[in-house]
Amino acid sequence: MNAGGGEIVQFDNVGLRYGAGKEVLSDISFTLYPGSFYFLTGASGAGKTSLLKLLYLAQRPSRGMIRMFGTDVITLPRAGLPAFRRRLGVVFQDFRLVPHLSAFDNVALPLRVSGLRESEIEGPVADMLDWVGLTDRADARPATLSGGEQQRVAIARAVIARPDMLVADEPTGNVDPEMAVKLLRLFEALNRLGTTVVVATHDLHLLKKVPESLIMRLDKGRLSDPTGALRYPPRPPAARQTEGGA
Amino acid sequence: MNLPGFGAERRAQLIPQARLSGPMPWVLAIMIAMTAIAVAGGLALANLASAARAELSGGLTVQIVEADSVKRDRQAELAVSVLSNMEGVAAAHRVPDAELETLIEPWLGEREPGDAAAVGDAVPIPALIDVRLDGPVTQPRIRAVRDRLASGAPAARVDAQSSWLAPVFSAISSLQWLALGLVVLLAATSAAAVWLAARSALGSNRSTIEIVHLLGGTDSQIARIFQRSVGIDAVLGGIAGLALGTIAILLLGRQFAALGSGMIAGGGLGWRDWLLIAAIPVAGVLIAMITARLTVLAALRRML
Repeated sequence: MNAGGGEIVQFDNVGLRYGAGKEVLSDISFTLYPGSFYFLTGASGAGKTSLLKLLYLAQRPSRGMIRMFGTDVITLPRAGLPAFRRRLGVVFQDFRLVPHLSAFDNVALPLRVSGLRESEIEGPVADMLDWVGLTDRADARPATLSGGEQQRVAIARAVIARPDMLVADEPTGNVDPEMAVKLLRLFEALNRLGTTVVVATHDLHLLKKVPESLIMRLDKGRLSDPTGALRYPPRPPAARQTEGGA
Repeated sequence: MNLPGFGAERRAQLIPQARLSGPMPWVLAIMIAMTAIAVAGGLALANLASAARAELSGGLTVQIVEADSVKRDRQAELAVSVLSNMEGVAAAHRVPDAELETLIEPWLGEREPGDAAAVGDAVPIPALIDVRLDGPVTQPRIRAVRDRLASGAPAARVDAQSSWLAPVFSAISSLQWLALGLVVLLAATSAAAVWLAARSALGSNRSTIEIVHLLGGTDSQIARIFQRSVGIDAVLGGIAGLALGTIAILLLGRQFAALGSGMIAGGGLGWRDWLLIAAIPVAGVLIAMITARLTVLAALRRML
């Protein structure tokens, strides 16, 4: 077992079941490295969202070990979790925007949670809204935004605080292909700045858009490794693309 | 963890506020008004008891229980004379017969016009001597008065005035405990109302709380949002409740003052009492905020 030197996330033999039901994730073991770009694929119901919930600390596993940023987060007291969550950016599949806040305030929320002053917030939030093409919708509430616009607000909120790891659950599901590519470029730009990116998707075309990406595939709650993403040390990108293809 | 809160202007926006259009400030206003009235009642009773005790603390009553009116008058005059010259006695005066008749009129009826015989002639009424000592009445001092009167006024019975009012003081004490009980109950009810409101607000804002939680918001940050919201409601309710309570206290005070009873006149409220009443909304706001905080923290502990 890796002692937690360079990896950003390490799962070791993790299993997850809800209540007394059967395991939705079984024997999940993998390591995510800083600055890498991962796609998590799999059919609907394969357990992608459950795995992401473990990644963004919304769920504790039923068994196994999870280390994040070198710390065992399973035994970490819950008071210690917020500090880890602030290092993550999350794009939820159902967006989870705060309904009575404007698009601007939704995007600003992670910065306010971190205790930044308003003077430090307004500029970056305005820039981010501009990047996702929602400057003219800054004051709109989520209920008045289209699905695609809500998704863009959710993405802007996830990346605004420059997280160490971005976890996105079907982030391009509700946007047109052009915007999907634009959002992927945003993720890549963030990735180049050092953020580890994990994108869950069942859109196989999306995988080809990021040649440097590593692919993890979930099938009925078990993980396979078509590009050697989980192998230690990871294979060179060229070899992965040739082998994994997708 | 001591993490910074959200910007003060933005914090409340995370939870939609009903303010005065919601029930919370009004529930607290009623609770605080009732608490103010109960506290005022308790303080007035304490003042009344204290004033009565002070008035009666040096008081003795000497009764000359003699059926023969001539002997009774003679013994009464002698007793007043002895007592007036006795060391430790500040004053001694006989209660006029007319005053006594007025006192017993409700029980024995009025004297008919032209009826020469006073009520006291038909029904022997003891002569009463009101005695003021220069200090508190103690058993040795009562005994000393008895001994001095024994030879000249053998029909004299000596009692401390405060002992007559012992049942009244006991009733006042019970009422004070009742007022205290009411205050405690009202405080508990207010806390319960806040608890229910906080739980309801938690329920209806659960998704928002989860989002803030997943974005790295701490329990303290989230609790502060609710605490602040309930605090603002409690301040509004406290101001309204104090105003309502003060009006009620003043009206009740005026009603009691109109009774013109000497004893009740001692039950007025002093500036310290009003200060205590004014502190009730402050205590209400604190109770509400602490209750909201504890409720929210307890609910958040059930989340990861």
